[in-house]
Amino acid sequence: MSDRKVIDARGSFCPGPLMELIAGMKLAQVGEELELLSTDKGSANDVPEWIRKVGHEILDNREELGVWHIVVKKMK
Amino acid sequence: MKILIVGGGMGGTILANNLARRLPAELKAGKARITMLSASDKHMYQPGLLYLAFGRTTPDELYRDQASLLEPGIKFFVDPVEQFLLDKNQVKTKSGKTYDYDVMVIATGSRPVPETIPGLAEHSETFYTEETAVKMFRRLQGFEGGRVVIAVGVPHKCPMAPLEITFMLHDYFKDRGLLDKVKLHYTYPIGRVHSLENVAKWAAPEFDRLGITYETLFNIKEVDGKAKVVHSEEGTQAPFDLLISIPAHRGMEVIEKNGLGQGGWIPTNRTRLNMEGRDNVFALGDTTNIPISKAGSTAHFEAEALGENIAAMVKLGAPVRDYDGKVFCFIEAGKDRATYAMFDYQNPPQPKEPTRAVHWFKMAYNKLYWVSARGLL
Repeated sequence: MSDRKVIDARGSFCPGPLMELIAGMKLAQVGEELELLSTDKGSANDVPEWIRKVGHEILDNREELGVWHIVVKKMK
Repeated sequence: MKILIVGGGMGGTILANNLARRLPAELKAGKARITMLSASDKHMYQPGLLYLAFGRTTPDELYRDQASLLEPGIKFFVDPVEQFLLDKNQVKTKSGKTYDYDVMVIATGSRPVPETIPGLAEHSETFYTEETAVKMFRRLQGFEGGRVVIAVGVPHKCPMAPLEITFMLHDYFKDRGLLDKVKLHYTYPIGRVHSLENVAKWAAPEFDRLGITYETLFNIKEVDGKAKVVHSEEGTQAPFDLLISIPAHRGMEVIEKNGLGQGGWIPTNRTRLNMEGRDNVFALGDTTNIPISKAGSTAHFEAEALGENIAAMVKLGAPVRDYDGKVFCFIEAGKDRATYAMFDYQNPPQPKEPTRAVHWFKMAYNKLYWVSARGLL
C-alpha cells in the first residue's frame, strides 16, 4: 500500500521500536495503517502484546533479512 | 556560502560556534556567512530543570544571554522564522524580513504538550519548563505523604528523566523523613521500566530494593482529577495523591504549519542529517524524526558531525563524515549517585553501578555546559 506510513526504527536502542510505534500511533488517524521496521527481535513479541492490549490490529508480522516488518492498523 | 541556522538552542548554538571556529578565514574574507535566527535572546540549560524541581538550583542559574555564547562573526537575530520557502532557499521571519541561504540547518527543538491528554496539565506536576518546575518544587515542599505516581507520555525529551525523577523523589522524601508515608509508583509505556534494555535491567532491581512499585505497558489516556486516578490506554488505572508527569512532546508549531513534518518532526537522514529530499537543508536535535533519544547530547554530537560536514562543503565541496548515532546520557540514581548510558546506532549501552564520582561529574557538567555550548568542550 503506497500511502502506508513506514516507521523506520532499525538500529534504534532508545527510544526503541515500540516507543516509536506508540508515538506514530498517536499521530495516526483511526483506520490508518503503519508499518514498523525493527532490527530488535523482541519487537516480534512486544509490539503484538501492546497492540492487543490497547485494541488495535496486527495485519502482518514477518522477518526479512534480519528486519521485522510489523504492520498495524489503528482501530480507535 | 550563506549558512542559516534556525534555532538558538543547544544544537544550533554548538553548530554555529563549531562552524565559526572551522571557517575563520572564510568568514573574514566574506566567502562564508553564518546567520542564526532564534525566538529568544536567552539560552536555557534545560537539563537544569530537573534540579530546579527540587530547589537544588534557581531559575537565574539556567540562563545566559544567547549573544554572549556565540563566536564573533556569527550574525544573531531574535526574529523567529514563520515561513520556510524551501524551493526559493529563503525563510520569512516574524519581523517581515526575508533571509536567503545556500545551506540551512533547522534546530527549533521540541515542546511539551500535556494539553493533548485530558486532565494531565491541570492535575499533574512536571518540570519541563521553568514555570512548571518551580510549581513542582512548591508542591513537593507542601506534600506530607501519600501515593505518588510517575506517568510518562510518548515521545518525550530526555529519556532518562522518568528514572531520574523517580530516584530523586525517593531521596527527597527520605531526607524529609517521609518515606514511611510516601508510596512511589512508577509507570512506563513499554514492557520494561526503560526503553534501553540494559538500563531497564539495572533500574528494575533498584526499584525493588528501594520499595518503588512499577507498572509497565502504561500509556496515559486521561487523568480524572476529581477521583485522582490516571487511566491508561491499556485499560488499567493508577490512583494518586500526587501525579508527576513526563509530558509527551511535539516539534515546534512552525514546522507543522509549514508542512515540514508530521508532529513537528522533520524527516531526516539518520547519518547525513539532511532533510529527506533536500541536499541543502539539514535538521538536528529534537527537530528530527530520527529514531534516537531526544536529548542534549544527541544534538551536541549531531552538531559536531554537521559542523565538520558543512565546513567541508565550503572548503571541499562535499560532506566528509556520517553521524554514527552517538548519545551520552547521565542517569541520576538519587540525590548523590549517578551512572551513564553511552550508545550509538550499532552498540547498546552497558551502564555501570552508580557512583558518587559520576554524580559529581554531572554536577560539574551542569556548569561546564556553557563552555560546551561555546564549542570548546
